[in-house]
Amino acid sequence: MRSHGKGANRTILDCLFRRNGGRKSGFSAAAGAAGAGSLLRGARLRGSGAVPLAADKKGLEIVTTASSADHPTRRDFLYVATGAVASVGAAATVWPLVSQMNPDASTVAAGAPIEVDLTPIAEGQDIKVFWRGKPIYISHRTKKQIEEARAVSVSSLPDPQSDEARVKPGHDQWLVVVGICTHLGCIPIAHEGQYDGFFCPCHGSVYDTSGRIRQGPAPTNLAVPPYTFVSDTKIQIG
Amino acid sequence: MSGPSDFQPTNPALKWIERRLPIMGLMHSSFVAYPTPRNLNYWWTFGAILSFMLVVQILTGVILAMHYTPHADMAFKSVELIVRDVNYGWLLRNIHASGASMFFFAVYIHMFRGLYYGSYKEPREVLWILGVIIYLLMMATGFMGYVLPWGQMSFWGATVITNLFSAVPYFGESIVTLLWGGYAVGNPTLNRFFSLHYLLPFVIAGVVVLHIWALHVAGQNNPAGVEAKTEKDTVPFTPYATMKDMFGVSCFLLFFAWFIFYMPNYLGDAENYIPANPAVTPAHIVPEWYYLPFYAILRSIPNKLAGVVAMFGAILILAFLPWLDSAKTRSSKYRPLAKQFFWMFVVVCIGLGYLGAQPPEGIYVIVGRILTFLYFAYFLILLPLLARIEKPRPVPNSIADDVLAKTGGKPAPMVSTVIALMVAGGLLLGGAESARAAEGSTKPPAQKWSFSGPFGKFDRGAMQRGLKVYKEVCASCHGLSFVAFRNLAEAGGPGYSVAQAQAFASEYKVKDGPNDQGEMFERPGRPADYFPSPFPNEQAARAANGGAFPPDLSLITKARSYSRGFPMFLIDFFTQYQEQGPDYVTALLQGYEDKPPAGFNLPEGSFYNTYFPGHAIKMPKPLSDGQVTYDDGSPATVAQYAKDVTHFLMWAAEPHMEARKQLGLQVFVFLILLTVLLYFTKKKVWANAH
Repeated sequence: MRSHGKGANRTILDCLFRRNGGRKSGFSAAAGAAGAGSLLRGARLRGSGAVPLAADKKGLEIVTTASSADHPTRRDFLYVATGAVASVGAAATVWPLVSQMNPDASTVAAGAPIEVDLTPIAEGQDIKVFWRGKPIYISHRTKKQIEEARAVSVSSLPDPQSDEARVKPGHDQWLVVVGICTHLGCIPIAHEGQYDGFFCPCHGSVYDTSGRIRQGPAPTNLAVPPYTFVSDTKIQIG
Repeated sequence: MSGPSDFQPTNPALKWIERRLPIMGLMHSSFVAYPTPRNLNYWWTFGAILSFMLVVQILTGVILAMHYTPHADMAFKSVELIVRDVNYGWLLRNIHASGASMFFFAVYIHMFRGLYYGSYKEPREVLWILGVIIYLLMMATGFMGYVLPWGQMSFWGATVITNLFSAVPYFGESIVTLLWGGYAVGNPTLNRFFSLHYLLPFVIAGVVVLHIWALHVAGQNNPAGVEAKTEKDTVPFTPYATMKDMFGVSCFLLFFAWFIFYMPNYLGDAENYIPANPAVTPAHIVPEWYYLPFYAILRSIPNKLAGVVAMFGAILILAFLPWLDSAKTRSSKYRPLAKQFFWMFVVVCIGLGYLGAQPPEGIYVIVGRILTFLYFAYFLILLPLLARIEKPRPVPNSIADDVLAKTGGKPAPMVSTVIALMVAGGLLLGGAESARAAEGSTKPPAQKWSFSGPFGKFDRGAMQRGLKVYKEVCASCHGLSFVAFRNLAEAGGPGYSVAQAQAFASEYKVKDGPNDQGEMFERPGRPADYFPSPFPNEQAARAANGGAFPPDLSLITKARSYSRGFPMFLIDFFTQYQEQGPDYVTALLQGYEDKPPAGFNLPEGSFYNTYFPGHAIKMPKPLSDGQVTYDDGSPATVAQYAKDVTHFLMWAAEPHMEARKQLGLQVFVFLILLTVLLYFTKKKVWANAH
């Protein structure tokens, strides 16, 4: 196309701002028509530069009407406008087709906060509850476990975070963490590993009694879900 | 597909690929340089429209399959959850469901076009037969897709159609058992239908490739029916045909969108909003409109095997068309007799479609037999005969001559074509619609609803009052199991706040569990919970209600309908009237008579209702004046209660109705703009060729 006329290489701005429409010959106007019409078929054709010169081949360029030769600006604007509107439509159509993949309303509603009663959990024990499809570990830590968690120097940790920042003030014995290994999503086993915390059997990540990563491939500490103490013996997760 | 291409990319990377896999050359020669006759009219755009529809159906179908559960106990509910909970689920479902009808609508035009212009004649026989195969595959796919929502029509349609195979001598019963995977239509049937419904569209796509290949080898037929001889007879596919096709698709989209956004249930059957019940067959089993002509042929033949053979024969006979019609002239334009008989044949087909929806009794059976005879006579007697006796008019020497002869004459106006199509389609649909007539009942008066029409919105006050009526009266017997408390606070709903919905939910006791002790327990409702049903199961409900089963009200306004009759159903298409359900429910609630009319034998334990089909209803008069207290000063009358609770139930049946109509308006503004632009673009592009 490049060799045949300006039609195919015009930009939108060219089309909008060119004032002198009359200078084009009948031939290039017809070639422009064939080329710009195919603009709508996508950049592939323009890129390959092989739009057939239909009018040219068929010897039809003479048929070009006076009006189209006189007002190429208006015609180009038409092509660009049509292409733009069609593209907007195509883009708008993609939205619902992608949006439907997000969690549906019932899933979102089922992800509402849950309340957990802590009274049955004895010191040194832990339970697993599910919130939003994820296992949440609630550990009732012993004095020893808390001390272990606080004895370590924070700056030496791979993901430095103090134990105080991972529990609620005044409720030091309760550790609430999302039981999903931050490496690749397996569920670590509680009370295992050399730090008395969690051990992930998949790839050997070891977490301490505060759920912090101490050894292995996991990059960060076990996540603490949003939760609050409704009373001393009841928490709300979410 | 049309021989070696001289296409050569300039980009080195593309050149590298092209040398190893000449795919760009293939695309270029097939869809860019491909010579297409200059004189094609708009009937030829239906090929592109069909390709477009196939893509739409596959795309929406694959997406719907992500959310659908093919299990007899869950299929119906999963479809409802798609519509209610999945983002834009209602849109995708409407597109897919009415898309099936649009697909058939377009294929029928495509087929009649081929018939009229002799597109099946030498050298296009294989092209035509591939088309017949695609049509058969489409029918199978459409049928199995209709089974998936697992409503009453799904279930009984599956039963009736699979039973067709029981007509096969000796092996019939075994074949049917094989198809079902059980002793009756059931979960295995649903599962395999889902699997095949997913598979067949891709088979169709494969055969479509062959169909286009064959088309590009033989070249397109055209209205003149003479082959393209010189370059003057053709124009390159791009931009000429592509622009014209895009304009055609855009016009078709306008028609399509009318169904998607404004009349989504016009083509469906209200009965299919009732979950499948193997114990009760609906009063009228009617297939989807696109099968009706063949259904009429099936019923016209009094012998079971002969009926099934005739029905399949009516489709398969199309494959033999190239040899049945041996006339040399292709286009009916130049065949004065064939042209008239063609239109008569169209009328016969529409007539059969109309009859397929009527009850098989009286005059309908006789007319059905006559039309069935005429259908076969057209192919077996008339076409062979015409080829021998008809004297065709001279055809033009070339396509270019045909075009020149036409210049100066007016091009066929698209608008009148579209209207003619709509009317013809409407007539067929009307046939389907009138079959839903509830016999022995009075037509409910049409009410004014704030939610009707293209700009319809729900009335929040009416919905809140209606919810109160439901809670205080209806809920003692009827469930509302697809509606969750959270829905009460959603946009387009009764307009409660999240806190209000939460408070409303906490007034209910919801069964949950098991707890740590393994026991079920009751707790206050949460927004995510659904309205609890008053009875634990159907047996308990029947035991408590004198043997009758109070239906769940979640979908009642969509699951009930009545016949509007001719010509109202046609007018309804344009006025977007689709409130048969609400009209019926309101009328029913007010339609109780203390004393049945003289001569009416009211069964024990029933009550007389003017609007109930058969008049004997098991539900006692539910509402009386003053029964529910309104806080907003609305009259505490039965009429007001009935209207309010129906208003609420309409929302319960379609919680996204407001969103549907709003998006519809935006889509229409956009589509009209696009269509106008495409029209002028197409005109400019074609200015050189005419």
